[in-house]
Amino acid sequence: MSAAKKPRWDVSDIDTWGPDKHELGATIPVAGNSEEVETGGWRSQIPVIDSGKCTGCMLCYFYCPDASIVIEDGKAVGIDEKHCKGCGICAHECPADAISMKIEEKG
Amino acid sequence: MSGETAETLAVTGNEATAEAMRQIDPDVVCAYPITPQTEVVQLYAQMVADGKVTSEFVTVESEHSAMSAVIGSAAGGARTMTATSSQGLALMWELLYVASSYRLPIVMTTVNRALSGPINIHCDHSDSMGARDSGWIQLYGENHQQAYDNCLQAVRIAEHMDVRTPVMHMYDGYVISGAIGPLVMLPDRKAKDFIGPFRAVNPLLDPKRPVTIGPFDGLHGWYFEHKVSQNRAMDRALRVIQDVADEYAELTGRHYGLLDPYRLDDAEIAIIVAGSTAGTTRMIVDKLRARGVKAGMARLRVFRPFPHAAYAKALEHVKVVGVMDRADSFGAMGGPVFLEVRAALYDSDPRPQVLPFVYGLGGRDIFPDNIEQAFAVLEKAARSKKPASIERRYLNLRED
Repeated sequence: MSAAKKPRWDVSDIDTWGPDKHELGATIPVAGNSEEVETGGWRSQIPVIDSGKCTGCMLCYFYCPDASIVIEDGKAVGIDEKHCKGCGICAHECPADAISMKIEEKG
Repeated sequence: MSGETAETLAVTGNEATAEAMRQIDPDVVCAYPITPQTEVVQLYAQMVADGKVTSEFVTVESEHSAMSAVIGSAAGGARTMTATSSQGLALMWELLYVASSYRLPIVMTTVNRALSGPINIHCDHSDSMGARDSGWIQLYGENHQQAYDNCLQAVRIAEHMDVRTPVMHMYDGYVISGAIGPLVMLPDRKAKDFIGPFRAVNPLLDPKRPVTIGPFDGLHGWYFEHKVSQNRAMDRALRVIQDVADEYAELTGRHYGLLDPYRLDDAEIAIIVAGSTAGTTRMIVDKLRARGVKAGMARLRVFRPFPHAAYAKALEHVKVVGVMDRADSFGAMGGPVFLEVRAALYDSDPRPQVLPFVYGLGGRDIFPDNIEQAFAVLEKAARSKKPASIERRYLNLRED
């Protein structure tokens, strides 16, 4: 991210906040912070990308609702595990069958 | 009506409210323009068309949309008002909670009318009493003057930084809304000075400081904390409501409290009642006093937040209190006001008896005789050694 100066809203200890510390009406008083919500925790399946089969069409990148496809040198090489919800749209859309969904084992 | 003189005007309750809105001249008014809407927004639409106000007037396709638009407008950073009644308020229901939880200082006039069914368009308090837990502050007016006075004060209460909670103010359908009564207005300038400028908190329409209003609270979020925060604002609102009333009294000479007692100081029996029936009740109090009966009454003005301590203090010396509800809470011990008053007096020692009366549902007439009947029940209970039954007494009910 190249954004110059993002306003800070320190929520690192929000789990300890009582009723008077929250913003009025539950408003989020700064913008551009959705990436701080780690939606990857919702996932039960994870896409596995075979970069050898990838043709670089970028359809997975454009379809991904969470901007979680990692592209390097024009090819899909992995996913952003903090934000991928495991929806499987990338695997469904990939015309080269380069993406498959695997049940994710969690410890 | 220029509002520049202190002459007494003859207006309907709806006209009184529309005049208050004209003086407030909110940035935005969103309203559903068809029945069960009242004349308030029709009159206001005319003022907009005539250029008497600068408000953006948004007509919408339903009351659900009216409250949605009001929320959007207030969240955008505009002083926003609307008006509704009866089924209209019912259709707004889910948005009422959204408005209060977003802490938007919206002011809404609610003309009290029955809820269907059977289909009935007349006065009772079922509509607003049903919304009593929606997180809105509720003020009940007795007459045309109070419809106007409460409307102006509601703006100050809602927008106070200790409160920031929407306010609905009520008056009785038809009895006040459509009938003509006296009104003394503030000069426009004084009204505007009293209202003061609007201050938006975290407005959506500030591109330099973008915010998110109404976000998903998370799967294990802070909903609980936000609800407690709303309740704390309600607690603080009691003092703000009184402060605003005191400031208004300096301007107008008309004094308002959290409740409105009448000949209550030495009363042995007393009635609590909201809305236009308070006037009839005062007349009966005077009649009974002339006979030597120590009767008194208090008009309910503020229902949310409910001023428990003020009721406990005002009624501590009373032997028997009768609470007249113009709405019922089916399956409960009594109507909504009864439940609050009885709870407020639970810690009193000695504890007054509190008896439930229900009257006027669907616009059923409430005659002076009916109120005398209620006082007679209280008198009998005050003389009796045994506590009276706390079954509801229905006033002017047709019985088999």
